[in-house]
Amino acid sequence: MNVELKNINKHFGKVHANKNINLTIPSGSLQGILGENGAGKSTLMKILSGFIHADSGSEIILDGKTVKMNSPADAIKYGIGMLHQDPLDFPPMKIIDNFLLGMPGGFFPNRKKAAQDFNALQKEYGFSLDPDDYVDSLTVGERQQLEIMRLLFLGVRLFILDEPTTGISAAQKEKLFATLRKFPEQAMTVIFVSHKLEDVENLCDRVAVLRAGELVGELTPPYQTKKFIELMFGKEVTLGERQSAPVGEPTLSLRNVSLEDARLKIKDINFEVREGEVIGLAGMEGSGQNLFMQACAGLVRPVGGKILLKGQDLSGKSYHVFKKRGVGFLPAARLEEALIPGLTLTDHFILAEEPRGIFIDHAAGRALTEERIQSFNIRGTPLTPVESLSGGNQQRAELALLQNPLSLILLEHPTRGLDIESVIYIWGKLKERCKQNASIIFMSSDLEEILQYSDRVLVFFSGKISQPLDARTTSVEELGELIGGKGWAEVGDEHA
Amino acid sequence: MLKNRFGGLLFQLIALALSFGVVSLILISIGASPTQAFQNMFRGSFGEIRKFAEVLVAFVPLLLVTAGLLVTFSAGLWNIGVEGQIVLGAIATTWVYRYFLESDLPPALIITFAILGGMIGGALWAALTGILKVFGGVNEIFGGLGLNFVATALTIYLIFGPWKRPGVASMSGTVPFPDEFSLPLLADLRISPWALGIALVAILIVFFLLQGTYFGLKLKAVGKNFRAAYLLGIPTWQYLMYSFLIGGALAGLAGAMQVAAVYHRLIPSISSGYGYLGLMVAMLINYQAIWAIPVALFFAALNIGSIQLPIVMKLDSSLAGVLQGTLVLFVLLMEGARQKLMKREQTT
Amino acid sequence: MTQETILIGLAGILAASAPIVFAVLGETLSERAGVINLSMNGTILLAAMGGFAVAYNTNNILLGFLTGMLIGALVALIVAFASITLNQSQVAVGFVLALTCRDLSYFLGSPYMGVPGPRLQAIPIPILSDIPILGVLFFRQDAITYISFIAIILAWVWVYRTRPGLMLQGIGEKPAAAYIRGANVNLMRYVYTVVGGALIGLAGPAFSLASRAGWMGTISGLDGFGWIALSITIFGGWNPIRGAFGAYLFGFLQWLGLVLQPVLTQVPSQVLQVAPFPLMILTLLLVNIGNAEWVERTLAAMPESTRKFFAKLLRAMRASPPAALGVPFERD
Repeated sequence: MNVELKNINKHFGKVHANKNINLTIPSGSLQGILGENGAGKSTLMKILSGFIHADSGSEIILDGKTVKMNSPADAIKYGIGMLHQDPLDFPPMKIIDNFLLGMPGGFFPNRKKAAQDFNALQKEYGFSLDPDDYVDSLTVGERQQLEIMRLLFLGVRLFILDEPTTGISAAQKEKLFATLRKFPEQAMTVIFVSHKLEDVENLCDRVAVLRAGELVGELTPPYQTKKFIELMFGKEVTLGERQSAPVGEPTLSLRNVSLEDARLKIKDINFEVREGEVIGLAGMEGSGQNLFMQACAGLVRPVGGKILLKGQDLSGKSYHVFKKRGVGFLPAARLEEALIPGLTLTDHFILAEEPRGIFIDHAAGRALTEERIQSFNIRGTPLTPVESLSGGNQQRAELALLQNPLSLILLEHPTRGLDIESVIYIWGKLKERCKQNASIIFMSSDLEEILQYSDRVLVFFSGKISQPLDARTTSVEELGELIGGKGWAEVGDEHA
Repeated sequence: MLKNRFGGLLFQLIALALSFGVVSLILISIGASPTQAFQNMFRGSFGEIRKFAEVLVAFVPLLLVTAGLLVTFSAGLWNIGVEGQIVLGAIATTWVYRYFLESDLPPALIITFAILGGMIGGALWAALTGILKVFGGVNEIFGGLGLNFVATALTIYLIFGPWKRPGVASMSGTVPFPDEFSLPLLADLRISPWALGIALVAILIVFFLLQGTYFGLKLKAVGKNFRAAYLLGIPTWQYLMYSFLIGGALAGLAGAMQVAAVYHRLIPSISSGYGYLGLMVAMLINYQAIWAIPVALFFAALNIGSIQLPIVMKLDSSLAGVLQGTLVLFVLLMEGARQKLMKREQTT
Repeated sequence: MTQETILIGLAGILAASAPIVFAVLGETLSERAGVINLSMNGTILLAAMGGFAVAYNTNNILLGFLTGMLIGALVALIVAFASITLNQSQVAVGFVLALTCRDLSYFLGSPYMGVPGPRLQAIPIPILSDIPILGVLFFRQDAITYISFIAIILAWVWVYRTRPGLMLQGIGEKPAAAYIRGANVNLMRYVYTVVGGALIGLAGPAFSLASRAGWMGTISGLDGFGWIALSITIFGGWNPIRGAFGAYLFGFLQWLGLVLQPVLTQVPSQVLQVAPFPLMILTLLLVNIGNAEWVERTLAAMPESTRKFFAKLLRAMRASPPAALGVPFERD
C-alpha cells in the first residue's frame, strides 16, 4: 500500500505539533521515523491511524485515493493498523478473546475456529502463543505478537509500530524484525517509529527524521549515524554564558543502588553528587530517569543498595523523611502533581510554610505571597487560582514554593513548554541556589538545556546509565548518539 | 457571563424553579393544588411556635451531620456511611446512660459523658470505614454503605436482645431514660436550647476550621489533589483518617442529641434518614459552610411542614423528600449544563 | 420437616429472589460498561409502585411489568445523561435519584396502600413439573420467576459467548482499546446503562405483582433491597452467574432468618439479612489485599505449600472490577 501524507498540519491549541509534513511511503517499504521527544512523531502516527484528526488542508492519500478517517476503526477498514507503545489490549481476558474482540463475524463467535485460524497464522510467523492463556501473563514482546496477528487477520496492510523495541528482550526483538522483514514480500508496508538509532539502521530501508514538528530529512542506506543525530537534534546553539558554582562536599551518594519498576530494571548505580553541582539526566522518556529521580526523592524504594544524604543513610525511608532532610522534588505534570487546582497562590505559599499556630494569618500569607510574586516575577495576584496561571508562571510558582535552604533539588522537566525568557529566568534562580550549596538533578529532553546548565550529564538508555559526562566537553552529537543507543560500549556502564 | 458568580447563581435559580415546577406538575397530575400544598407546608413549619420548635428539632441533627460532612467532603471523601455513624453515636450514648443508670453522679455530668460517648461512638465507626479505605483499599462509598446496614442490624439486635424492655421486646425501643437524663427543653416545646446551641457552635467550628486553620487548608489540598498534597509534604492518609474521625464525631453527636434531647431512648430508626439528607444538603450548598444553616433549616422545615399534608390534603408527607431530591438533582444537572456551555465557549 | 416442605421452601427462595436477580443482572451490565447506577434502591421502589398502579388501573399485569421496566430505563437514562454527557459525578446523581425516587414512590403510591391488586399465579409446566425434586424447585413457579431463570442464562451467554458481549467486556476494561477496535464507547455506555436500568426496574413489579404483591409504602419492606442488590453485584464479581448465586444466597439467608425466628427469639431476622454487606466488604478487601505490598511480603515469608494454598484461595475469591468503572472516556 502506497501512502502519501500531504500538507499534514496539527495544532493542539496554540502548539503546532505537526508543521506541513509531506511524506511519501512506497508500498512494501520498511519506513523508519526518527525524532526526539516532542518532535511530532506520535501525533503524525495518530493521525495516520485514525486516532485523531489533522487540521483542515491535510490530506492522506492511500494508493492514489484521498481518504477520510474518522476513527481507528475506519483506518482498519482502509488497512491501516497501529501497535501502540503501551499495548491497547485487555489483560484480564484470554488471548483468544483479545484476538476476537472487534473482529467482524457472526453473533456467536466460534472460539474453536478462531483458535485454529490463530494457530495457523502464528505458525507462519513462528510465534508460539497459547490461545487460552491470559494476556496479563504475557511479556510485552508476546503482546506485540498478538496484536500483529490480530491486525494481520483484519487485513491490515500498513503497520505502524510506535517504539516497539522498548521493554522487549533481544531475542524477541530479533523475532519481531524477522516478522517485519517478511511484510514487504506481501506488499505490506511498515512504519517503524523509534528513537533507537541502531534498530532503525538495522531494519529500515528508508528513514524520515522529524524535529520540532517538521520533516527535516529523508535518508536511505548506507546510513551515517552522524547525519541522523544532526537532523534529530540540530546544530549546537549557545544559551548565553555558562555558569558554574564552586563544588563542595558530597550531598547525595548512591551506593550499589538497584531500582525496579513495571518496565525497567536499573542495576548497581554508584554515583555521587556534590554541593553546588548540577547534574543533567538525558535520554528518551521511559529510559529510567524517572525511576532514578524518584529514588533520589524517596518516592520509590530501591530494591538494593544504599542512598545517603549528607552522610546519613536514608535508604528505604519515605518521601516525607527525605523532604524534611532537605530534598525538594518538582514533578513535571504541573497541575496534576505539583500544584493544586482550585487553590490560590496564597493558599500554596501558606501550605509550604511551617504552620504558626492553628489559625492562618491570612494577611501575613498574602504579604508573603506578594513578596514571592515580586522576587520570582510571577504574573499573577495572591488570589489567582493556580490553574489560571500560564505554564511559565506556574513553574515560577513551583520554584517559589521550594523551601530554603535545600540540600538537593530534583526537577522533572523544569522548563517543558516554556518560552526562552522563562527558561533563562528559572535557571538563573536555580543557579543562585547552587551558590548556596544546593545540588540540582534535573531531567530534560532539550539537549541544549542539558549541556548549557549541567556540570555533569548522565545519559539513560533502556535502564542503562552512562558514565558521567563533562558537560563542558560533550557535544550535542555525542549526547544524541548515546540517547539513540549507540556508542555505549566505549562509554561503558555506570561505575563512578 | 457564565463563568462568574452571577452566572452560577442564575443557573441555581433556574434549578430551583425547575424543581418547584416539576413537583407542581406532579401535584397537578394527581389532582392536588400546588399552591395549597406549598401553603400548607409553610404553615406546617412556620405557622405556630410549636411547629417551628419541631423544625428546630429536625434542624439540629441535620446541621450537625452537614457540618461533619463538610469536613469529609473537603477531604474528597464520599462519606455515605454517615447514617451508620449517627446510629453508633446513639448506641454509644445509650450505653453510657445505661451504665450510669444507678449512679449518684449529678445528671449534668452524666449527660455530658453520654454526649461525649456518642461522639466517640460515631468517630470510631467512621474510623472503621477509614481503616477499610486506607489499609484495605475499600472505597468508602461501599464500606460506609455496608457499615450502615450493620449499624442498623446492631440497633435492632440491641433493642430486641440485651437492651430489651422487660417483658416483651418492642419496636418502640429501649426503656426510656429518666427525665433527669434528658437535655432540658424550652418551656413545653420539644426543642432543647442546649441541642440548638451545640449544633450552631458545631457549624461555626467547622466553618472556622475549614476557612481559617492550617488543618482546614491542608484538608482541602488533600481533597483537591491527593498526589500534589503528598508531594507538598502533607501526610495525606493521616488527614483522611482525621476527617473520618471528625465527620464521625459530629454524626455521632447528632445521634447523641437524638437520644438525649428527642427520644430519650434508643429506637430502631434513631437516625431517621438524617445522614442521607445531610449528604443532600452538603451537595446543594456546594460544600460551602456558609450556606449550611439556611439550607439545613429549609430542608428541616420541608420535612416538618410536610407532616401536614396527610392530615389536611390526604397527601403523603414524602413530598418533602421529592422536593429536596429534585432540587439537588436539578442543581447537579444545571451545573453540568453550565460547565458544558462554558467549555463550548472556550473552544470556539 | 419433610423433604416436600424443604423443597417447597427452596422453591419459594428461588421465587422470592427473582427480583434481586433482575436487579443484580441489570447493575452488572451497567457496571461492566463502566457506569455505576447508584439509584437502584429508589428505582426498584418507584418501579414497584408504578408497575402495581398501572396493573391495578388497567387490570393488565403485563403492562405493569412493562411500566416497571420503563421507569427503570428512564431513571437510568438520567444517570447516564448526567454522567456521560454532562460529566457530573455518577455517585452524586445516582445517590440523589435513589432518595428522590424512593420518596416519589411513597408520595404517588399512597392511594394504593394496602389495596389488593393483580398478582401473578404459579404456572406449573406440564410434564416438567412432575420430575422429582427439580420439578418442585424449578417448574412450578410463576411467569416472572421463569423469566428470571432465563435472564440469568441469557445474561451469561450475552457477556461471555456473544460478539457484542465480548465488546462489553472490553469497554469496561479498557475503553481506549475497545475504541480502536471500533466501539462507540459512550453510546454503548448509554445503551447498557439504560438496558441495565430496565432490568433493575423489572425487579420492582417482580415484587409488587408477584412475591410481595401489592403496595405497602414505607412498611412494604422493599426499602433497602436496592442497596443489597448493589452489594451483591460487587460480591458477584460482575459475573451474571456469580451474581445470581449471591442473590439466591441472600434469599436463603432471609428464609433462614424466618425459619430460625421461633428458635432464636433473641435475634430478629434483620441481623441475618445484613449478611450481604460484610460479604461485599470482604470481596472488596480481597480485590485490593491481593495487590497490597504487605500481603505479598507475608506470602513470600510463608513456606511453599501454605503460600500456594493462600495464593489460590485469594485468586478464587478475588473479583476485579472493570478497570474503567466510573472513569469517563474521552477521545484524545
